[in-house]
Amino acid sequence: MNGKRGSGGGRGKKTAAGAQGKDGQRRPMFRRRKVCKFCSDKIDDINYKDVKLLMPFVPERAKILPRRISGTCALHQRKLRTALMRARQLALIPYTAE
Amino acid sequence: MNRKYELVYVVSPEATDEQVAELHTQVESIVQRLNGTLEKSENWGRRRLAYEIGRHKEGTYVLEVILGGGDLMKEIDRRLKVSDLIIRHLIVRVDEEEGVVERTRARRTETSRRRRVARGLPADRQPGEGQRGEPDDDRDDRFDMGAEDMR
Repeated sequence: MNGKRGSGGGRGKKTAAGAQGKDGQRRPMFRRRKVCKFCSDKIDDINYKDVKLLMPFVPERAKILPRRISGTCALHQRKLRTALMRARQLALIPYTAE
Repeated sequence: MNRKYELVYVVSPEATDEQVAELHTQVESIVQRLNGTLEKSENWGRRRLAYEIGRHKEGTYVLEVILGGGDLMKEIDRRLKVSDLIIRHLIVRVDEEEGVVERTRARRTETSRRRRVARGLPADRQPGEGQRGEPDDDRDDRFDMGAEDMR
């Protein structure tokens, strides 16, 4: 499924966003283009045992980091979710921050 | 019907090393009795739990990779539920996912080889090629957390 596509998920914010119409007083905002970590690093299996890999996707509040922020592609976000939920069950990752 | 399962269980921190070893032998005996095979066994040692389970704050994690049928896993699941020493366990079937991973990996190396040949490069990546900081070998050492074999 992933074979033909190059690295980097299809979607994501384009480089120079924030074209401010006529009142272009504000500086154009430069936003780094987000890429899926798993696509670019070629990580095929997202495993619940690999806490080191999963931790960046669990912010302080212990919720799962949304795709909109992390830039993970849909396929990998789905796999990440199952992995995180398994890890939670084993108390490798918290459900909530206490 | 041979399926591959991963079993991880968390043993209460009060359990002694002998008790942990005994649990392992119990699992092993069930596996043998129901015609399964124990492929791998790892003791991750004592870890802090991410949240309290009961009143426990840490636990000993043990991983077992088992080949066998569903009835075997059902029996193991039942036994683990009954055991007081085990505070949490998880059984996951992994053979299908592993197959998917293998196929995507194979397909990726295959396409990259084809493209490299099309560009007139040798099919395999040469040492020292690629971006800096990128390791040349991609062996899977992500699970090395000082685990040792239980036997």
